[in-house]
Amino acid sequence: MLRLTPGDPAAILAGDAANADQIAAIRASLGLDRSLPVQFTIWLGNVLQGELGQSYFYKMQVTQLIGQRLEPTFALAGLTILIAILVSIPLGVIAAWRFGGWFDRALMGFSVLGFSIPVFVLAYILIWLVSLQLGWFPVQGYRRLADGFFPFLHHLILPAITLSVIYIALIARVTRASVLEALGEDYIRTARAKGLPELRVLVRHALANAAVPIATVIGIGIAILIGGVVVTESVYAIPGLGRLTVDAVLARDFPTIQGVILFFSFIYVLVNLIIDLSYVFLDPRIRY
Amino acid sequence: MRRRILAVLALMCFSIVHAQDKVLRVVPHSNLSILDPIWTTQFMARNHGYMIYDTLFGTDEKNQVKPQMVDNWTVSPDKRLWTFTLRPGLEFHDGKPVTGEDVIASLERWGKRDAMGQKLMTFVERMDTPQPNTFRIFLREACGIMLEALGKPSSNVPFIMPKRVAETPADKQIEEHIGSGPYIFKRDEFKPGDKAVYVRNPKYMPRKEAPSGTTGGKNVYVERVEWNLALRDAQAQVNALAKGEVDILERPAFESYEQLKKADGVVLVNKDPLGFQYMGRFNHLHPPFNNAKVRQAAIAAMQQEPFLRAQVGVKEFYKACPSMYTCGTPYGTAKGSDIQSKSNMRKAQELLKASGYDGTPVVILKPTDLAAIQKLPDVAAQLLRQAGFKVDLQAMDWNTVVSRRAKKDPPAQGGWNIFLTAWLAPDVWSPLTNAALGAAGEKSWFGWPSDEQIEKLRDQFARETDDAKRKAIAEQIQVRAFEIGTHAPLGEYVNPYAVRKNITGLVTGSGDTYWNVRKN
Repeated sequence: MLRLTPGDPAAILAGDAANADQIAAIRASLGLDRSLPVQFTIWLGNVLQGELGQSYFYKMQVTQLIGQRLEPTFALAGLTILIAILVSIPLGVIAAWRFGGWFDRALMGFSVLGFSIPVFVLAYILIWLVSLQLGWFPVQGYRRLADGFFPFLHHLILPAITLSVIYIALIARVTRASVLEALGEDYIRTARAKGLPELRVLVRHALANAAVPIATVIGIGIAILIGGVVVTESVYAIPGLGRLTVDAVLARDFPTIQGVILFFSFIYVLVNLIIDLSYVFLDPRIRY
Repeated sequence: MRRRILAVLALMCFSIVHAQDKVLRVVPHSNLSILDPIWTTQFMARNHGYMIYDTLFGTDEKNQVKPQMVDNWTVSPDKRLWTFTLRPGLEFHDGKPVTGEDVIASLERWGKRDAMGQKLMTFVERMDTPQPNTFRIFLREACGIMLEALGKPSSNVPFIMPKRVAETPADKQIEEHIGSGPYIFKRDEFKPGDKAVYVRNPKYMPRKEAPSGTTGGKNVYVERVEWNLALRDAQAQVNALAKGEVDILERPAFESYEQLKKADGVVLVNKDPLGFQYMGRFNHLHPPFNNAKVRQAAIAAMQQEPFLRAQVGVKEFYKACPSMYTCGTPYGTAKGSDIQSKSNMRKAQELLKASGYDGTPVVILKPTDLAAIQKLPDVAAQLLRQAGFKVDLQAMDWNTVVSRRAKKDPPAQGGWNIFLTAWLAPDVWSPLTNAALGAAGEKSWFGWPSDEQIEKLRDQFARETDDAKRKAIAEQIQVRAFEIGTHAPLGEYVNPYAVRKNITGLVTGSGDTYWNVRKN
């Protein structure tokens, strides 16, 4: 599809003062003067041999470029989901337990707000408040885990909080709905009739039986996070896969675009597979 | 025991803080993707080149060409033999001495890529190295551009590379990145889109003269320069500078200056007083701009002030300039510019009526993602509509503009009529560096004007060795360029750096260079 849009990587590579001959020479050196089916066949042949090709711009293997961006993206996605799970599931369970009460209504209000507020707006508000006014966190940048756990966490926590808000809203809402449905089941009445403590009823009986839809939402969230955090990565200057993808699209770096899309597809399938397999553990009635 | 631990911790903290003082953290104006400054004309590649390579000559802040790697040189009476001697002690980062052979290989490669280099090479009969530290250039006939070309400050700069690197075919990118410049490139730490790192070259021998432009002593006072390539959001850049997480913003957005002026610990430094020139370029191949009279009507309509006011906005940062060369430089002149500088909308309307314009829509390419020029097309569209043109303003990302402007197809088939851009002063200050003044038809820069007279004059300019006569020829070129409407100059502006107050020593002159900078 991208090949159908206007945009010539050779012209971009050549720079502002290049002439038509120089651009044509670069186009030929990149193999872009060949027909599209020929280019695709060559690329496919390389992929089958484990080669994603070389970036037009960076003269580096696409696998190497993706490798450089994995850690920031996985770290951001991982911490975001961790925060989201730790915050949203208890909130969702409590909201279901106190269905119709002030807490439930407040959570639903927060949920709507969380869905509605653009990530960059939230990011700028948090940066202004937490970084510039209070000075607790840096305003930008990423530190690799190899540079030390504290700098790593210190740089990552604000972007993760920013990004987690929408997932907290989403997971809390699904958790609430699922737990609410479970709380209406006969086995909950039986558990309460047996005199089990309410916490045990909520966690061991209601939440456990509501886990499948929650796990599904978390899984989809992880898959989306891997490739879809470009705004957060831009505002916080995190060199992740999202930025790599957008830069590659803007620069018409076709090998990189094809490589990352293939990688995202792989991650998406992998995460869905893991989630599907997890159903067996979450709900023993499910058999494959 | 506890005191000892505290003392060790305090020492560690001091060491970390001290180490940070020696790291200059720069937010460049763009991403660094290509590491070969000869293969591409991208400014970021040029800036990378200035970090790690040195040049034979440089251009100071007063536009004077001065020796850099060259110690001394002689010219034969007939001006056909130039003999250059290199400074003693010049060394590449791998410890090998810089020789005449390295210089010749570098010049040969540059001469195949750069427009001015190509022009110079048309005069060159041969080059040789009578001694390791000497090289000679034999010319077929005398020319007036030797030093100007070798001291050229902007893309493509004739950087000197080791012979084995410079022997890379000109149409292929180099794989090894070592020079003899003031910094060493840390290839192992380069992460595209994230950061580029340079460390001080301890063996570099700076000249004794004070630094100015790309000339003089390239003294290095920091241990390490880190280019933050990930920080590209304009507001995030301002926040990072205000909080002291970075030291220098190369090109803040114009909208950010008010905030930056008020930020604690931040100062604005106008290190490049000549700045940039905006330009509107016509496509001479297709209607309506294949008609010189229509182009003149458009130039008359495109008054500079509205462009500057809309795009830059900060009065002290811009000025109208009637010249196609940079105002305030040797060839800057108002000659021939009356069609634009003394025009008005009524005159533009009259010119358009007289031109026989048939209402063909004018396709203007508008980049939506390049803050430095994104408002110019809107102004052009409005002014041209007022003059009587039918306008088709097409929005796209900058890289699509870059791709489309290279297409010679008619506008209805994916071509174009006008695009707008900005040039650094050295890129337009001479008839040979100013790509828009090339008029060799389809071989010239995008827009492809064709005019024998201009080409003849440019050739005369290259051959002429007398400065006064060169200036006269440059004026004639500009007069003719306005007559045929090669392009419309749209005024000049500066884009000061925003830096932390503890950063001093930024060298005045065109380009983004980081020698002489101190972090106090």
